[in-house]
Amino acid sequence: MPKITFVSPDDGRTTVEAAGGDSVMQAALANGIEGIVAECGGAMMCATCHCYVDEDWLSRTGAASDEERAMLDFAASEVRPSSRLSCQIAITEELDGLTVHLPEAQI
Amino acid sequence: MSSERVVIVGGGHGGFQMAANLRSEGFAGAITLIGEEPGLPYQRPPLSKAFLKDGDAARLHFRPQAFFDTNNIELMPGTRVSRINREARHVTTATGTEIGYDHLVLATGSRNVRPPVANLHLENVLSLRNLADAADLRARLSAARHVLVIGGGFIGMEFAAVASDFGVEVTVIEGADRLMARTVSGAVSKHFLALHEGRGTRVRLGRFVSELLDDGTGRVAGVRLSDGTEIAGDLVLIAAGVAPNSELAAEAGLSVSNGIDVDTLLRTSDLSISALGDCCNFPDPVSGNRVRLESVQAATDHARTIAKRLTGKPAPYTAVPWFWSDQSHFKLQIAGLGSGADEQVALEPEAGGLVVINFAAGRLISVETVNSAAAHMSARRLLASGRPVAQAELAAHNYNLVDYARAV
Repeated sequence: MPKITFVSPDDGRTTVEAAGGDSVMQAALANGIEGIVAECGGAMMCATCHCYVDEDWLSRTGAASDEERAMLDFAASEVRPSSRLSCQIAITEELDGLTVHLPEAQI
Repeated sequence: MSSERVVIVGGGHGGFQMAANLRSEGFAGAITLIGEEPGLPYQRPPLSKAFLKDGDAARLHFRPQAFFDTNNIELMPGTRVSRINREARHVTTATGTEIGYDHLVLATGSRNVRPPVANLHLENVLSLRNLADAADLRARLSAARHVLVIGGGFIGMEFAAVASDFGVEVTVIEGADRLMARTVSGAVSKHFLALHEGRGTRVRLGRFVSELLDDGTGRVAGVRLSDGTEIAGDLVLIAAGVAPNSELAAEAGLSVSNGIDVDTLLRTSDLSISALGDCCNFPDPVSGNRVRLESVQAATDHARTIAKRLTGKPAPYTAVPWFWSDQSHFKLQIAGLGSGADEQVALEPEAGGLVVINFAAGRLISVETVNSAAAHMSARRLLASGRPVAQAELAAHNYNLVDYARAV
């Protein structure tokens, strides 16, 4: 099972094992990661599962779609080129070892 | 902090968010979350969409059990509350257990309406409200050949889209003269009618089902319409709307009209009791009219408003309503409430996309979009600003909401 590491704003690192086919958001919720709120449940209707993809992984996760960009405009924390909605990153074996950074606030 | 123990009745979206928000707002007292269904609280929106395809129930949970343990939220699943004793400040469960509260939150949601149709008891006649319903529907869908959907609202049309993806023949029967008539404008109804018909779904508008037909063994074999027409089918979904679960409140003497009446702070007529989500009606901050919304947004934002009040930060509810519906590869998004619109501008910015901008007395009140997320989010931003947007201002920007929102 692919491993995903979440880094909190105070640099706390938590590594979880994710079920293939889940999104990064689902992996966070299933493993009690604080800092991913996911109010709409992954429907791309809010921006409360915002994360920053670690620079080393950007080429493998790909960029946000136009629709996702539009939602990210509503994020509570600064939006950077590495910003993604974690509900839109599907976990594959290729992403084993992925590191994402959590923003200061989601709401 | 006035409350020491908050009891939440209802373990749906609003009930869960209420418990989670109380903790994130710093509430240190006891929280008891009572839900009628078994298991952990879960999300309902995917039941008519992704779950019908993947059947993965674990993925629907808002949070794992550990979240409730860590946050000291007492979960009482499989528990029905049958009575509120306001004087003694406790609720009584169906099995007679009394649970005391300092503050009570009613998050009882809504239930499906049973339309006045004969033979609803037949086998393979289903409705869709909870996980058990969805699992049943999913199991039967794979064996069905022709699905009949009674009701062309969000749930009926989302299900129709999934069923036709399964390769099943689908006929939708809707009493109104257009689809989703209660929630969307005529332009959006027309757009989705073309979408569904283009996928081979038959849509019968302005028709009422009077009776379900028995195949002779107690299984449904089709429907008879009020004009006598018969349509054959081996699986029927009843999707004829919902009614608020307000009986518990009414029996306790709380003020109830279309749902439980609450004020701008979401308090019922008993200040020790709040209500949220589908089961309550509240003053719309824009029009002042009482509205009852069946949406994730209302449940979530109501919960946040109540959590802030119970932790000493009271503020009136002002959130902009939003809704969505996924049907095939079309995403409908709505910002604001369109009832009362007296003028409308419809644009088709790209193939398959649609933006309908609704005005009342020359002022922007709501925007409906199809596959136009940027316009939707711009509308939410504009409506949330509280600053009135005149139609003339938008016209000067060729009704381009994204440009206008950037400019102001």
